[in-house]
Amino acid sequence: MGRYVLRRLLIAIPSLIGISMVLFAVLAFAPGDPFEELATNPNVPAEVRANLRTQFGLDDPVAVRYVRWFTSMMAGDWGFSFVSRVDVDQLILQRLPVTLVVIGLSQVLALLIALPIGVYAATRPYSLFDQIANTFAFIGFSLPTFFTGILFILVFSIHLDWLPFVFRSDIAETGWRWWWEEGKQSLMPIAVLGLFQGASWTRFIRSAVLDVIRLDYVTTARSKGLDESAVIVKHVVRNALTPVVTLVALQLPAIFGGAIVTEQIFRVPGIGSLLISSILANDTPVIMAVTFVFSCLVILFNLLADLLYGWLDPRVSYR
Amino acid sequence: MPRATARISLGAEAWRRFRRHRLALAGALILALVMLAVALGPLVWPVPINDIDFAAKLQSASWHHPFGTDDLGQDLLARMLYGGRISIAVGLAAMLIAVVVGTIVGAVSGMSRGAVDAALMWLTDLFLSLPQLPLLLLIIYLFRDALKALVGTEAGMFILIVAVIGGFRWMPVARLVRAQFLSLREKEFVEAARALGATPLRQVVRHILPNSLGPVIVAGTIDVAAAIIAESTLSFLGLGFPPDIPTWGRLLYDAKDYLDIAPHWALFPGAAIFLTVLSINYIGDGLRDALDPRKVM
Amino acid sequence: MDEKRLRELITEVKRGRMSRRQFIQQMIGLGLTAPIAAQMLAYSGVAQAQTKFVYKPTKRGGGGALKVLWWQGPTLLNPHFAVGTKDQEGARMFYEPLAAWDGEGMLVPILAAEIPSTRNGGVAADGKSVTWKLKRGVQWHDGKPFTADDAVFNWEYATDPASAAVTIGSYQNVKVEKLDSFTIRVLFSKPTPFWADAFVGTRGMIIPKHLFEPYKGAKSREAPANLKPVGTGPYKFVDFKPGDMVRGQINAAYHEPNRPYFDSIEMKGGGDAVSAARAVMQTGEFDYAWNVQVEDEILQRLEKDGKGRANIVVGGNIEHIQLNLTDPWTEVEGERSSAKTKHPSLSDTAVRDALNLLVDRQAVQDHIYGRTGVATRNFLNNPVRFRSKNTKWEFSIDKANQVLEAAGWKRGSDGIRAKDGKKLKFVFQTSINAPRQKTQAIIKQACQKAGIDLELKAIAASVYFSSDVGNPDTYTKFYCDLQMYNTTMTQPDPELFMDQFCSWQLATKENKWQGRNITRWKSEEYDKAYRAAEGELDPVKRAALFMRMNDLAIEARAVIPVVFRPRVGAVSNKLRVPVSGWDNDFWLLKDWYREV
Repeated sequence: MGRYVLRRLLIAIPSLIGISMVLFAVLAFAPGDPFEELATNPNVPAEVRANLRTQFGLDDPVAVRYVRWFTSMMAGDWGFSFVSRVDVDQLILQRLPVTLVVIGLSQVLALLIALPIGVYAATRPYSLFDQIANTFAFIGFSLPTFFTGILFILVFSIHLDWLPFVFRSDIAETGWRWWWEEGKQSLMPIAVLGLFQGASWTRFIRSAVLDVIRLDYVTTARSKGLDESAVIVKHVVRNALTPVVTLVALQLPAIFGGAIVTEQIFRVPGIGSLLISSILANDTPVIMAVTFVFSCLVILFNLLADLLYGWLDPRVSYR
Repeated sequence: MPRATARISLGAEAWRRFRRHRLALAGALILALVMLAVALGPLVWPVPINDIDFAAKLQSASWHHPFGTDDLGQDLLARMLYGGRISIAVGLAAMLIAVVVGTIVGAVSGMSRGAVDAALMWLTDLFLSLPQLPLLLLIIYLFRDALKALVGTEAGMFILIVAVIGGFRWMPVARLVRAQFLSLREKEFVEAARALGATPLRQVVRHILPNSLGPVIVAGTIDVAAAIIAESTLSFLGLGFPPDIPTWGRLLYDAKDYLDIAPHWALFPGAAIFLTVLSINYIGDGLRDALDPRKVM
Repeated sequence: MDEKRLRELITEVKRGRMSRRQFIQQMIGLGLTAPIAAQMLAYSGVAQAQTKFVYKPTKRGGGGALKVLWWQGPTLLNPHFAVGTKDQEGARMFYEPLAAWDGEGMLVPILAAEIPSTRNGGVAADGKSVTWKLKRGVQWHDGKPFTADDAVFNWEYATDPASAAVTIGSYQNVKVEKLDSFTIRVLFSKPTPFWADAFVGTRGMIIPKHLFEPYKGAKSREAPANLKPVGTGPYKFVDFKPGDMVRGQINAAYHEPNRPYFDSIEMKGGGDAVSAARAVMQTGEFDYAWNVQVEDEILQRLEKDGKGRANIVVGGNIEHIQLNLTDPWTEVEGERSSAKTKHPSLSDTAVRDALNLLVDRQAVQDHIYGRTGVATRNFLNNPVRFRSKNTKWEFSIDKANQVLEAAGWKRGSDGIRAKDGKKLKFVFQTSINAPRQKTQAIIKQACQKAGIDLELKAIAASVYFSSDVGNPDTYTKFYCDLQMYNTTMTQPDPELFMDQFCSWQLATKENKWQGRNITRWKSEEYDKAYRAAEGELDPVKRAALFMRMNDLAIEARAVIPVVFRPRVGAVSNKLRVPVSGWDNDFWLLKDWYREV
């Protein structure tokens, strides 16, 4: 196992480099201009735009730009945003805490909803509970987040006036009141995202548990006289966890990437909105930095997932 | 010597079992109805989709407009029937691409080890890391004109959108399938098949694959909904179908600012997506149960 | 409308038979701007009107927090780098120009002691210089005094090409010299009728020399003051998160008494226009929202909740449709829409006339933009032979059909008109924006009834307005038949807008499509009129020249104006805000207050 981990980690490095090259190439060749707003401004002479482009090295060949980016990244310099003229790492660090809290909590919420409901629904397939749970799950993932977000705003902010819907990252209060205000404004984005994610996870967990619950060793455990809940928890769930681990591992990097639509609707200043506005503005240094960290996380979590398979299911072997 | 029993093929057996699954049949029926409606609907309800009539703006359901009208006075039923074709086609096609590609990649990766597995997982990680938007922009700009010349504007757009949406959803399926394969590969019945001399292909197709379909089917149903919605997001960014084509996702998007003024506008497309997803899911459940040898029907 | 008629109108204002406001409205309807109209009146001796806004509070501070919502958050705070109006507004919280434009096109002194004019000797008679007297006793937020050195420094800073300042256009053709600590003189190389560009309004904000001097030129992006502005404005900097929020607190040493009213200001960015309007008009979480580009239908509905109202400010923005006079579907030497080609169908005047008759401006105004889009009656957009006496624009599908029939465009079996094998099928593009898509739908339907087939295309704004050479979808390349948009920057002077029809501004592959003449229309008469207007010091003559140019472009159908797009802000009912369509929303931030 140790050799396997080492080998995977070693492979991770060239694969990351390969990914970064593809990313960079895509960004370089995709149409769009960091200085587009200047284009509609008749006051800005063309030379200024051209000047800006050379200043930021935009007219150099792609390979040169890539090497320049890579070497400075290794040296710890993550680049300089074209749009804000600010260091990229500063931009990311400003938004990291909010992203981790709001998006992270929503994933936790999703898991907290999906696990018990999925498992219970699978133990009583096609019962009333199962049907209701399924219906809510379908509604949950058939409706896009931009829709449920607006619905929540209409109901909870406008109609009932319980919750604010514009997220403020600089609440003036301190202490207990700060937590209260932060909670109120985070509740809706966390709920919207968590419910959407939870809906699809419920279905996956239910399906995974259904697959396992009919297997012989479960029947054996039951006939051994074990309490039903012990059967479920100790035997069924643990073995049904493989797809769950896959899904969670796939989803965890997204916590860093934020959730673009939800952040947009509630104005949560997370990394997702930074990413989308950078993409729309063609702010390459920011996009590269965020996607590069994102790809590191993807590779890391997939490796962890692979290791977990081996631990959860002893028959899985790695050579 | 006893007479050999008549051989029934796997397919016919599965079909027989499917037919006995009530919910699956219900799902199949609903889907068939929806598809029939969008296919023949415009012939039965010949109201034009872009007939602007400001006097009839934002009206809720009536005899004249069974699904109401939008903010330009256009008939929603007609728009939904017209757009439904595209939505369902995009949803199903994108889902098939995601599922087929994902299953193949996951299966190959799960069965082989070492270099092939590592290479395929690298590819999966690459696609997972890629920011979809710039890649979408790039692909569409690279291939739009070529496809337009080859198959015409609408078909070209359709191929591009389906490829792009499906192309970004195969990775979770691949990982799920691979995970299933990793554990199923070592199970006794597969070992037995191997001992009997089954080729890897036969092991996969006859033994492992049918048992790993669970997550694939769930992913499939979720992907249909996601594909329909993704198309509207693309259109919001100017990369999908032109803004006057009323796909269901687009209708939902157009209606979102009028939720408190004209809820009917969002209600119908939302319900349509929900029904489609529901029916596909029940069909999937039926398929899974039908193919599962241990389930007694 | 010629010079004679203009002078007649001015005389009516002088005699009190027409109000100032009516005159200015008419001028705007004819394609001019309020500042030009005001300049005409001032030149002709019509007494200057008082600024209407009344500031009531009698002491500084005590107003609590002012919360404003911009659905695009500012990404930087140095006014010389401002990429869009959002960045200008962010900077405007802290920095101030010498003078600002009010809603009537009059200059209001901010850091200037008084407004230069020919009467007080500030504006030289030969039009080659302007002398500004600066206000005394103004301090920067860090306590240092504001002097003429700062103004001169701003000129040096902006004109240094290595700074890549976007304000360079306003400063590069002038020379600024210091006469004494509180007087500067701006020198022009040739007589300049419109002198109120440098140090005025959106491009005139002044940054402190003592903080930026060490960071001139190539080092400009490293200045710490880029992110921590120190200005002369009513609020002092507290915090800034690019794209998200800007915070300021009251400047207790502000150079005007009893101002500002609020103790702190918070500007939040992000989200979309509709929810911004809701946040002001339904939940009251914010006091002001900028640029709510939302259908009037929704705005009226929100106003009913009684917490806020839509503030509609007339400016110079016109939503217009451009017609391509070259052929976008044929490539000549690697260039489509080349000036060497002619459009197969749009070069026929009859087709262009017909298209003009097919734009239902009334419907666009009534059902899409409402108060936020005005099809004014005075818009000259009919060819002379069709102009009816009472209304100046016309929507008639029948007439369009007649025009096309008469010109030989007959309907084919598919309902689309054709002549000599050329069909009337056009691609009509614009940026992504719900009201624009609806406008496209309305026009498409009308065209269908006249036998013209329109294929609609909507492109993401960042791609459409890009200057990327490899991108086929930019508006300057105009690789389609029709396109629709409107420029978003406030232009107090029409000269900058008018040069987009000059023949030397043709956008071609050679100049990387940086030229501003996108329709590729050429006219000798237009070029002549433009050159004349550049140096004409009499504002009335100049205005007449501009109107002539406007008529030429519209009558030749290089553009079809659709509606005026005033700026719309969402304001809380208790908030009192002075408005101006010719400057930033924050042009007089010091005078904002809340009625109790």
